[in-house]
Formats: sequence, structure tokens, C-alpha cells
Amino acid sequence: MDFSIIADNWPLYMQGLGLTLQLVALSLVIGFCIALPLALMRQSSIKAVSWFAWGYIYFFRGTPLLVQLFIIYFGLGQWEWLKTTWAWDLFKEAYFCALLSFTLNTAAYSAEIIRGAIAATPHGEVEAAVAYGMSPFKRMFRIILPSAARRALHAYSNEIIFMLHGSSVAGIITLNDLTGVARLVNSRYYSPFEAFLTSGLIYLCVTFAIVAAVKALENRWHAHLRPRTA
Amino acid sequence: MLDLRGYGPMLLEGASLTIEVGLCSLVVALVLGTLTALAKLSTSRFLRSVAAVYTTVIRGIPDLVLMLLIFFGGQVAVNNAALALGYEDYIDIDPFIAGVLSIGFIFGAYMAETLRGAYLAVDKGQREAAMAYGMRAGQIFWRVMVPQLMRHALPGLGNNWLVLLKTTALVSVIGLDDMVRKAGLAAGATKLPFTFYMVVAAIFLLFTTVSVLLLHWAERHYGKAYRRA
Repeated sequence: MDFSIIADNWPLYMQGLGLTLQLVALSLVIGFCIALPLALMRQSSIKAVSWFAWGYIYFFRGTPLLVQLFIIYFGLGQWEWLKTTWAWDLFKEAYFCALLSFTLNTAAYSAEIIRGAIAATPHGEVEAAVAYGMSPFKRMFRIILPSAARRALHAYSNEIIFMLHGSSVAGIITLNDLTGVARLVNSRYYSPFEAFLTSGLIYLCVTFAIVAAVKALENRWHAHLRPRTA
Repeated sequence: MLDLRGYGPMLLEGASLTIEVGLCSLVVALVLGTLTALAKLSTSRFLRSVAAVYTTVIRGIPDLVLMLLIFFGGQVAVNNAALALGYEDYIDIDPFIAGVLSIGFIFGAYMAETLRGAYLAVDKGQREAAMAYGMRAGQIFWRVMVPQLMRHALPGLGNNWLVLLKTTALVSVIGLDDMVRKAGLAAGATKLPFTFYMVVAAIFLLFTTVSVLLLHWAERHYGKAYRRA
């Protein structure tokens, strides 16, 4: 092990970490905003709406993130007319393509988590809300979603970690995220252990931090479920 | 309609390699997973901590980083070892072996967690009864535990397989001619990247769908004794 390589490139690794965290945070937030309506659409009684949501979720959960990224980053260049529009300024950027594919991907997984949590709502809670004369809208936002959020927290924390790990494919399309930086360092010094172990350990620390944060949140949100101490 | 400009057969070759990588890694993952699950359940503190470190570290690092580490790092390690033994020629690591080993190594950790949970879900009395009958440890494991824990393990194993299958796409990065890389080559030659990557996505969807159907069938098979009206 040559630690001077790691020390010399430490600022680079920190920049990579910054990009990784930025990509993951942005795609999780935007993806969640898409996931919520998607999960509700999936429950819709209108066939066309629920089929659309089903198809979306099926496609994005059934194919690798790498392929989705390639479809957007390399694939869209096939359409010549697209290159004449303003949208091309966005699609030619690797950063935008990575963000878009991560967002669409996590939206599908999150929608499925939310749907499962909503479907598992105890019927009594809904009945009580109806008995109180709550409108369907109020019922959804005051009773069903807060209750579902508690149930979904654990599955969603896994999705956050999957997204953190999945975001490593950004390093393949020239972005200098944590993985991209490791590839750069490896090609510069030809020292794979130093290069990849460093980013691997940084990923590990971030994963632990996420797990700890979720545990703290769970303690808070699930306080009413904790066994009573005498 | 869909015109692949004669690259269809090449893509199918890639698809069969994807399946090969997937199945070979599955075997490695199941063997490693079983051993690790047994280590986690053992009475030896040393084995338990080795297993705990393995599953925690692997599950905290992205697949791609581990794969690159094993592929490039393995290359350096093997050549250094060969040099130390007095072997002068440069040794190239086969990307197929590197891919299968790294995917198997990664998913072994996930399989271990699933198998451990399933093992603990089997009623303790079953094991005790088998011991009372004088069965040997191997017999207890294969005849009593495995058929019963499969029912608990199948949903988890199935999920792991679906994730594993999608992870195989990453082997294209270390130069293995799987479906994704073949699609890239075809796209470069024909200037039809969208078409080719969409075909790859469709083939992955097909694989996933077939896997889900097979898993349903297997879950019914192992759940026979528990079928409800």
C-alpha cells in the first residue's frame, strides 16, 4: 500500500464524494416527488392510469440501471431532431443524464415501497377516519400517508443505500463521482488497491452514516411502538 | 419494424453470456452464502466474526467498485505472486472469471443473510427430533433442514437472483462481451444506440419475467405441505 497516492489525491476523492452525494440526494428528492403520485396512480380505479403506472414500475425495476443510463446518455443521440431543440443542451451533459436516469429509477422503486405501505394500512384506521367525516383527500394526507410512512421507513432506507451504491455507474459515463475518481487514480498510477479501496471505504462510511440516521429516525417515529419500560 | 442490421445473432450471443455469468455467479453465491450462514450460526466466535465482517463490508460497498477492485487488484496480486514464484510472463485475468467471482462474492453476503433467517425460521423441534432419531449432522442438514428452510428462503433467494441478474450488466465494464457490451458495439457501427439498448432492456425484462414465473412455481412446490384452501 502506498498511502502517499491516497494523501495526494484526497481532495479529488472529496470532490467525488460531493458529486456522489449531490446526485443521490437530488435524485432521491425528485424521485420521491414522482413516486408518490405514481403509487396513487397504481391504486387508481381507472384502468389506463393504473396500467401506465404498472408498466413504468415494471420497466424500471426489471432492467439494470446501467442500461437505463445508456439508453438516455447514448441512446437519445439517435434522434437527429432532438439535437435541434433546446433539450439537447441538457441531454448532451453526462451529469443531467445520470441525474435523470437515477431519478426515474428510484421513482419506480419508491413507488412500489409506498404502494406496499399504503396497502398494509390497518382497515380500522381508515374506517375511523371515515367515521370522523374526513374527506378522501384529508384521509389520505392526515391518516393513511403518515401511517404508511412509518411502515415504509425501513424499506426506504434500503432504497437510499441501493441508490448510493447504484450511483457508482455515473463513473462509467465520464463523471468524476467517487467511483469515477477511483478509476482516474487507478489509470494514473496503476495502483488498483489504493484507488478502489479508498472509495470503497468512503462508500462504507456513508452507508453506516445512513443506517445510523435511519435508526435514530425509527426510534423517534416508532416511539409509540416501543415496549414499555417499567 | 425492428431492423437490427444483422446484429441480432451477436446480441443473442451476448444474451447467452449474460445468462452464463448470472448462473455461474449464482452457484458461487449460493455456496459462499451457505458457508457464511453456517459460520454465522456456529458456536465459534472466530467464525461468527469473520462472517459478520464479510457480510457487513460487502453490503456497504457498491458492486461496481468491488468488481473493479477484484478485476484490477486481482491482476496485480496474481502477477506479483507469480513474480515472487519466479514466473516471468505477464498473466491476464480472464474477465469471465473475475466477473463471476466478484458477483458471486458480493451476492454470497446477501444469500447468507437470507439463508440464516430461513434456517432460524425452522421449528427447533424438527432438529431435535432428527437428533433423537440418531441422524448424523449431514443427514439432519440435507434431509430435515434444507427441505423446510427452502420455503422460508425462496422469496429472499428469488429477490437476490433478480438483483444479481441485473448486476451482470456491470461485467461489460471490465471488458466481458455480454449483451450490454455487444449492444454498444452494434450501436457504434450502426448509429442506432437507442434501438440496441432498448432491445437489451427488453431481453432483461424477458429474463426477469421468466424468473418470476419459475419462482412462483418453486414457491408452490416447497409450500405444498402448507397450502391453504
